[in-house]
Amino acid sequence: MTELLLKEYTATSCIGHGRAATLEALRGQRGGLAPCTFETAAIDTWTGEVSGIDSERLPAALKQFDCRNNRLAQLGLRQDGFADAVAQSAGRWGRRRIGVFLGTSTSGILQTELAYRRRDPATGALPADFDYAGSQNSFSVADFVRRTLGLEGPAIVVCSACSSSAKVFGSARRMLDADLIDAAVVGGVDSLCLTTLYGFHALQLTSCGPCKPFDAARDGISISEAAAFALLERVPHSLDADAVRLLGVGESSDAYHMSSPQPEGLGARAAMLAALDAADLDPGDIDYINLHGTGTISNDSAESRAVAAVFGDATAGSSTKGATGHALGAAGALEAVICSIALQNGFAPAGINTRTVDPALGIGYLLENRPGRIARVLSNSFGFGGTNCSLVLGRAG
Amino acid sequence: MVKLVAQVEGIGLLGPGLDGWTASTALLDGRSPYISQPTVLPTPDGLPPAERRRLGRVVKLALGVGLQATSKAGVDPATLPSVFASSGADGNNCHEICQALSLDERLISPTRFHNSVHNAAAGYWSIATGSRAASNAVCAFDASFAAGLLEAVTQLAVEQTRVLLVAYDVPYPPPLFVKRPIPDAFGVAFVLAPGPSDASLARLTLSFSDSPADRMRDTALESLRASIPAARSLPLLYQLAVRKPAVVNIDYLDGRCIAVEVDPCA
Repeated sequence: MTELLLKEYTATSCIGHGRAATLEALRGQRGGLAPCTFETAAIDTWTGEVSGIDSERLPAALKQFDCRNNRLAQLGLRQDGFADAVAQSAGRWGRRRIGVFLGTSTSGILQTELAYRRRDPATGALPADFDYAGSQNSFSVADFVRRTLGLEGPAIVVCSACSSSAKVFGSARRMLDADLIDAAVVGGVDSLCLTTLYGFHALQLTSCGPCKPFDAARDGISISEAAAFALLERVPHSLDADAVRLLGVGESSDAYHMSSPQPEGLGARAAMLAALDAADLDPGDIDYINLHGTGTISNDSAESRAVAAVFGDATAGSSTKGATGHALGAAGALEAVICSIALQNGFAPAGINTRTVDPALGIGYLLENRPGRIARVLSNSFGFGGTNCSLVLGRAG
Repeated sequence: MVKLVAQVEGIGLLGPGLDGWTASTALLDGRSPYISQPTVLPTPDGLPPAERRRLGRVVKLALGVGLQATSKAGVDPATLPSVFASSGADGNNCHEICQALSLDERLISPTRFHNSVHNAAAGYWSIATGSRAASNAVCAFDASFAAGLLEAVTQLAVEQTRVLLVAYDVPYPPPLFVKRPIPDAFGVAFVLAPGPSDASLARLTLSFSDSPADRMRDTALESLRASIPAARSLPLLYQLAVRKPAVVNIDYLDGRCIAVEVDPCA
C-alpha cells in the first residue's frame, strides 16, 4: 500500500493528557488504573478513568452533543495542538478534502443509561433533554469532531467493538489512495459506561485488580477510556528521520464466535500477515509488537499462538493495557499513538503489572522498557464478533 | 482520482411489503401498487442451532439480505470482504440493556452484551458463511447507506476486489422509538464487482454532489425512504428496477449527496 505520514498525533488516556504526559508515564512504567469508582457501578474491578472529563464544557452551539464521550473527544482534540494542525491542513487542502474516520464501541450510551433512570413514571418517556443523535448514535462523535474542526469531507464511524479505531486507518488509507481526500483525521474515542462494565462483568472477563496481560495469573481486563487522534497525509518528498509513517494495515475475521477468539488465533494471524504484506515487510523487519493483550485467558492465549506462528519468539512484544487499561473502541488508535511515541523516542515499552509471564505463551514479552532505536512496529487490535486489525508503523529514517 | 465504478452483481432486499429483490421490482417501478406491510424476516441457515435461536431481528435482516444478494450473484459468501452499514444496530437489545441497568439488580446476560456490539451482524455473517475476509461495520446516522456505499466502492476500486455491502436498520421499541422513530426493519445488500461479468446487472459510478436527494414518487415508498436510513437506497433500487440509465442522488452528509450514475447492462 501507499505509505502515509502521521503528520500529528495525540492521545488522552488514564496515563495522561497528551503526548508528553503519555511518554513520561511510559518511560516511568507507570499505569493509570485504580479501583472502580465510576458513576454508581458496584463492581469489584479496576478501571482507567480519564481525569477532567466532568469539567469539560462543550460550546453552546454544540450543546446537543453533550455527553461523556464527546467531552472526552474535545479534551483529546485540545492536546498537542492537534486541532491547530488540522486547521492548517484544512487551509492547505480545503475543508471538503479532509475526511474524518473515528472508532467507538459505545459512543454516548452512558447518556441513554442515565436517561432511562429519569423516565417519566407515568408514561415511561425519556426526558426531553435526551438527544439521541448527539449522544447515543455511534456517528455522534464523528459529527461532533467534524463540527469542532470545521471539516466537510467524507466521514464515517467504524463501530466494530475493540478493533474499531485500528480499522479507521484502513478506511482512511483507502480514501487517500482513491484520491477522494488529501488528509484524514483518524482516531478513537470510547468512554466508561455501565453497559461495558456490567456486560464484561457478566461475561466474567473483568479483572479484580489492575489487569496483568500475559501473566500466568491473569484474570481479565481493566476497562478504561481514551481519546486518540492522528492526522494522516501522503508522504511528502522530505521527512524528518523521526517522522512516523503508516506502512501497512491488515484486516480479517475469525468466523468462530461472538465473544471468544478462535483458539489458534487464525484470524489474528491472517490480520498480521496481511499488514506485513501491505507493508511489504517480513516478520523479521518488526522490532516491537504492541499486543492486543487484554489480559483475558482466551485472548492472550490465542494471540500468543498467532504471534508465535508469524514471528516465533524472537520479536519483543508487550501489551500496554497494563498501564492504560482496555479503552475498547479507542484502544487501536491509543496504541497506534503509543507505538508512534515509542518509535520517536527510541524504546520498546514494557507490559506493566505483569510479574510472571505465562510460560505457555511462548513469545518475547517485555517486563521492562527496552531502550534503543526501534524502526518498525506492529500493533494488534481484535474485537467481539471476531474482527481483527493489525497496523504496521515505522520511522522515516 | 481513482474512478469509483462498480458492477452490481446481486441485490438483496427486505422491508415493509418488500420481500426479496425479484418480488419487489414490480412494486418499485410502479407496475404493481406498493402496499406497506410489516417486514417479514427469514431465519438464516448456516449457524449452529444454539446461535440461531438467539438471533435478534437485526441479524436475521442483515444475513437475510446478504445471502439473497450473494445467491443472486452466484458468488461464495466466504470469499467476500464486506461492509455492514447501520445507523443503530440492534435497537431492541439496546433497550433491554438500558432497562436492566436502570433497575437495582443490573443483570445483563452475556449473550445480550455480546449482541450489543454494532458489528454483531458482521460477526454472525462471518460465522454463518465461514468468511475470514475483512469486514467493516460502519455508521453515519441518516447517511449510513451512502457512507456504506462509498466505503464499499472505495474498497473495491482501491483493492480491485468484489465487496458485499449490507445496509440495514431495525426499530427501537419505546421509549427510544420516540427519539428515533424508525418504523420497521429495512435491509438492502449489493454484491459489487470491479469489472463486468455475466452476472452484471448494472454499472454504478459514484461522485459527490451538491444536488438535493432524489425522492420516491409513490408517497408510501417516499415515507419509507425518509424514515429509515437504509431505505435512503430506494431511489437507487427504483432506477435498478426500471433498468434505465440515470443519475440518482442519495442523502449523504451536510445536505450533500452521493450521486450514483446507473447504467443498466443490456
